Amino acid sequence: MKTRILGIVALLAVVAATLFGLFVVPADLNQGDAQRIMYPHVASAWLAYLSFGVTALAGIGWLIRRDLRFDSVAVASAEIGVVFTAFAIWGGMMWARPVWGVFWQWEDPRLTTTALLLALYVGYLLLRRLSDDPARRATRASVVGLVAAVDMPIVHFSVIWWRGLHQAPTFLSPDKILNPSAPLPFVLALVGMLGAFTLAWAWLLIRRYQLARAELAREEAVRGGLIRKASRSASSSTASSSLPTGDVAGAGGGTQSKAPAEAAR
Amino acid sequence: MSVLRRNVSVALAIARKDAIAEVRGKQAAVSTLTFAALVLLLFGFALGPDPRRLADAAPGLLWLGLVFAGLLAVGRFHEVETEDGALEQLTLYPVDRRSIYAGKAAIGALAMLVLGALLVPLMAILFAVDVVHALPVLALTVVLGAIGFAAVGTFYAGVTVRMRAREVMLPLLVLPIVAPLLLAAVKATSAALTGDPFGELPAWLELLAGFDVVMLIAGAGTYGFLVEE
Repeated sequence: MKTRILGIVALLAVVAATLFGLFVVPADLNQGDAQRIMYPHVASAWLAYLSFGVTALAGIGWLIRRDLRFDSVAVASAEIGVVFTAFAIWGGMMWARPVWGVFWQWEDPRLTTTALLLALYVGYLLLRRLSDDPARRATRASVVGLVAAVDMPIVHFSVIWWRGLHQAPTFLSPDKILNPSAPLPFVLALVGMLGAFTLAWAWLLIRRYQLARAELAREEAVRGGLIRKASRSASSSTASSSLPTGDVAGAGGGTQSKAPAEAAR
Repeated sequence: MSVLRRNVSVALAIARKDAIAEVRGKQAAVSTLTFAALVLLLFGFALGPDPRRLADAAPGLLWLGLVFAGLLAVGRFHEVETEDGALEQLTLYPVDRRSIYAGKAAIGALAMLVLGALLVPLMAILFAVDVVHALPVLALTVVLGAIGFAAVGTFYAGVTVRMRAREVMLPLLVLPIVAPLLLAAVKATSAALTGDPFGELPAWLELLAGFDVVMLIAGAGTYGFLVEE
């Protein structure tokens, strides 16, 4: 119930921030309406970094405590992070086309860094898909999430250097985002969008976490032979929804519990 | 015998074992080297006959060749352990897991150096680049790049060794991680070959060395979790 309230509040906040950014704040003098893309764009980029930070911390949690709930937080956060990273890149390209004249600009360190970020965590999610055993998957994912998090600052600074060693970093300097001379409606729109997106992120994280727990419970049930893996198909749904007889459990559980592809290696 | 000396000798024993196996077996080593040479040759075709363009692109092509062939090499040194349950055997030995990682990383770096020793002269010939005057800096760049790549590659080979579709997953995981290494190594190579008017070379070598240290620590620190699973 609390989660539902959070979801409704987040939805209202995102709608309000969107309306504010679209209609209340005046358009940028130089960039026109294209500049409005920046509000959700910056908010998505922030959520991407927040998500992957949470994934790394949850990974450490699993490695220390060996509690699969940490792993569920990690996968929930990573998946949301990938979505917002992709959204940030998409928004950036939509902005770049009218303002710079091109979709992709190799000179921009943020764009290239974010593209690598997306690749890193798509790999992370694929890695999870290809691991069958929950504990093994959690361990692999944790160490990969950690190394990815360690790599990100190196990627970021190397790309900045690559563009030209003599240029000062622009992304990590906060004055660019919170410029004191920026007009108040602009700052309000940006901060409002950041807050609204973060609320939505929290709601998504809780829901995806619950889903991850349910997935895990289902996996364990399949492994233990309580339900059959193929229970999605209509023909076997009657057999698996009721308590299975011995041979059904033997057929389903016997092959599943070994996780054949992994055990063979 | 002190703990450190024991760990180093374990690592060297593992690296030596893999080196002997490769030298005696030859097939994998020869095919990897051939693949690397072929990559450079095909880059030449892809970029056309203009010698100016090829010479400009040479540092990037060299490192792409090294990275692609290096993926085969570091994957190989974990793949051999999957035969006959050798990996389980290896992890049953009462030794520090970091020594196993160090041994595998060492043989991986050595393989990268062998690849470099083949590809640098080949680049000089195919793309008409004068490497002789820059040889010391080039050697240093290749050594730093080899260590960094082996540090990352060995870690991910450990991640994927018991996984389905590991042939695809290894490059997919390694390539985005080594992006800074590729970037720094190409810039350093380019500065060494064509001159360095802005004095950028030390910064790129520092970045390479920093990448090596960070990734070796990260790899050694987490590899133990992987083999225990």
